[in-house]
Amino acid sequence: MMQYKGWEGFVPGKWCADEIDVRDFIQHNYTPYEGDASFLAPATDATKKLWEIVCDLSKKEREAGGVLDADTKIVSTLTSHGAGYLDKNLEKIVGVQTDEPFKRSLQPFGGIRMSEGALEMYGYQIDPQVKEIFTKYRKTHNEGVFDAYTPEMRAARSAHILTGLPDAYGRGRIIGDYRRVALYGVDYLIQKKEEDKLAINGDMTPEKVRNREELADQIKALKALKEMAAIYGCDISKPAETAQQAIQALYFGYLAAVKDQNGAAMSIGRNTTFLDIYIERDLKKGLITEEEAQEFIDHFVMKLRIVKFMRTKEYNELFSGDPTWVTEAIGGMGVDGRTLVTKTAFRILHTLDNLGPAPEPNLTVLWSKRLPKEFKRFCADISIRTSSIQYESDDLMRPEMGDDYAIACCVSCMRVGKDMQFFGARANLAKCLLYAINGGKDELMKDKKTGKPMQVSPEFAAITSDDALDFNEVVAKFDNMMTWLADLYVNTLNLIHYMHDKYSYEALEMSLHDTNVRRFFATGIAGLSCAADSLSAIKYAKVYPVRNEDGIVVDFRIEGDFPKYGNNDDRADELAVWLLKTFMKKVKSHYTYRESVPTTSILTITSNVVYGKKTGNTPDGRRGGTPLAPGANPMHGRDANGALASLESVAKLPYEYSRDGISNTFSITPGSLGKED
Amino acid sequence: MTGRIHSFESFGTVDGPGIRFVTFMQGCPLRCQYCHNPDTWLSGGQEYTAEEVASRILRYRNYFGETGGATVSGGEPLLQIEFVTELFRLLKAQGVHTCVDTSGITFRANDPECVKKHETLLEYADLFLLDIKHIDEAAHKTLTKQSNANTLAFAKFLSDHGKKIWIRHVLVPTLTDDDEALKRLKAFIDTLKTVEKVEVLPYHTMGEVKYEKLGYDYPLKGVAPPTKERVENAKKILTGK
Repeated sequence: MMQYKGWEGFVPGKWCADEIDVRDFIQHNYTPYEGDASFLAPATDATKKLWEIVCDLSKKEREAGGVLDADTKIVSTLTSHGAGYLDKNLEKIVGVQTDEPFKRSLQPFGGIRMSEGALEMYGYQIDPQVKEIFTKYRKTHNEGVFDAYTPEMRAARSAHILTGLPDAYGRGRIIGDYRRVALYGVDYLIQKKEEDKLAINGDMTPEKVRNREELADQIKALKALKEMAAIYGCDISKPAETAQQAIQALYFGYLAAVKDQNGAAMSIGRNTTFLDIYIERDLKKGLITEEEAQEFIDHFVMKLRIVKFMRTKEYNELFSGDPTWVTEAIGGMGVDGRTLVTKTAFRILHTLDNLGPAPEPNLTVLWSKRLPKEFKRFCADISIRTSSIQYESDDLMRPEMGDDYAIACCVSCMRVGKDMQFFGARANLAKCLLYAINGGKDELMKDKKTGKPMQVSPEFAAITSDDALDFNEVVAKFDNMMTWLADLYVNTLNLIHYMHDKYSYEALEMSLHDTNVRRFFATGIAGLSCAADSLSAIKYAKVYPVRNEDGIVVDFRIEGDFPKYGNNDDRADELAVWLLKTFMKKVKSHYTYRESVPTTSILTITSNVVYGKKTGNTPDGRRGGTPLAPGANPMHGRDANGALASLESVAKLPYEYSRDGISNTFSITPGSLGKED
Repeated sequence: MTGRIHSFESFGTVDGPGIRFVTFMQGCPLRCQYCHNPDTWLSGGQEYTAEEVASRILRYRNYFGETGGATVSGGEPLLQIEFVTELFRLLKAQGVHTCVDTSGITFRANDPECVKKHETLLEYADLFLLDIKHIDEAAHKTLTKQSNANTLAFAKFLSDHGKKIWIRHVLVPTLTDDDEALKRLKAFIDTLKTVEKVEVLPYHTMGEVKYEKLGYDYPLKGVAPPTKERVENAKKILTGK
């Protein structure tokens, strides 16, 4: 067994017996906390001063139109920039993405055009030499994808039946196990990766060559991570010895990830139970006070709040803001029945008081019926005051994922350091239904050459009758069209992820995963409730097609009423379930890149607005261009039996078919929950 | 047995304890000036059998926990007392907590048949939310177009039968928030033995749009919701706390 000063006082186990196993370390060493919030400490003067600096910079950033400063010349790598500070003398946890806070970095590996375009939108000019390098000499992910795209993929993309594809930006969604940096120190992590690399021998198949090259890249990234810490005067080659060092090392791991990747969602994992072990050790030794413990967490969270990426305005429109999805999963229950809530779960939520409410980091409580009562109370109290906590069902995810999973973006769960995912945006099923009716011609787009409606899929037989739509005929055609769509979708993603691995590999994040990682192939569905209601309308009411001069069905005349998804009415809800199952089965029937496990999600939380803009009138009466419902929500205003009926409809969607998550957006005013606190 | 129903709310949190499935019955003899459900006054609604409604409610029993259950409201649910009784009988057989939100206006103490019906209901109803609109007979008539005699008699009837009551009082500035009247209401409440709770419901203007839709004049046009102080004042008088 190895011995490090940083491990003094820890209960040994498998985690220190020549194996990387952070969960084992946690299980042997953490202290569940069932008490209340009365121990928490307020913000220190240093915290308040630092937060004022952040607020001041945020104000200036808004006044400057959304971007305060942006690098146009130095390509971001782990070691590309010198140290940057808010106020060096006050910061307990240091490190920003460039040499100044709020200065956005230049990350062209996903696509030089995205970098150039984003800079131009905010009045910056990319350095001509950088542009030359990334167009003439160094290929980007974006260029690779477009080199290989088929005409059909391009058409589906521009018609937005496949939409939000990560083909011009970083796919994100990968969560490094940043705790490893603190627990093991970088030298040990390098050593283990070198061992893994040595073990790949024999016939050098393309697979093995790639694995060896990727491990080499991971080792280089880990070395760069050490250098990056050294720029801030920190040595992270050995295990952290104090709580402050542990938080700092963990944060450096994350900082390296965001210096390396401008990913759609850059989540941070599940860290509070882990960090609590270090804080408890220091508190017991009398090295720190509760005020200091809180200060470390406050400063850590402050850093997570100012993670920023350079993105285009369209990108921000898609996500209704400028989200980074720094999701931190908190609490939950252990498989042994003990709660994973610790005092540090309280401390991190308490940052919402000490620093005020904020959307980032995306503090996500893993909810279980069995969570300690006082913790539940505390969460409810903070939620009421700040509306800044996300909740997810630990009871639903734990059976499959164990008790050391985290959440990428909003709902994608993965075992930390053991799973990764290929993010795959979504296919628009509402539009797919319109394609089924129109034989694959887009209801909105025209072919640029002929001026006729654009044929996106191969020419399927369209519905030609002007009678009320026949349910069985529509379903048969829809089924065919979904077969086509799933095929195209999966293969588009196969191509995208191949290129992302090739030209924008997440070496640092993957270095903080097991080498034999499980990969998820994430797909997604948009427009579920709109498609379900449309089918219900066709089945239970009379829906007559209305055609334009080209014979394309562009509108529908509905006679009679029909059951709507969102009312706990099986007639409509079954259609939504059928859609999900049918589409997912089709996805699963295909080859998926790198033996990845196909999953799907129904979670267009904000992008439903943009997707709706690109979808014509639908048979449920929804007007063209108006939003689809977010995630798995019922269409707006159609749930007429109160919240539980609406939630029950959503709850019928089988999670095993949508393992990457199902979201339901639900707003409620405090008064409607009761008359008393 | 069928009932005429206006609508359902699967996530009721303000009509009785816990999370409740609320069934809003159609029809009401009162014409309260502040009514926020004027769309339930007239007859109409959709017909359901008691079995249909019960099975609908039972789908939500997981949400009821230890405190929640089913509430019938309206309208005046006891206009359809046979239906409510049958519904509650079905629910009680499944162990669901039952609650009626009523004005007690249908109770006629000197009509034995009517009393008998209410006694049968009591066998299956766990809790009554009793709206006392005004303690003054004259003021009650102005406010609701009906006498309050039945309401007060029903309160006594519930008390005599040992049935749990939550008294509710809607507080409307100038109409129902007079200190003297509140004190007299409190004196009446004190004569009842089974009151668990007294709720002051501040008048709100959210019903106003419904009047417009229905083409009715809104009698309380321009009346603002009560101030926090007046609400606290009424709570203090009515609960004695």
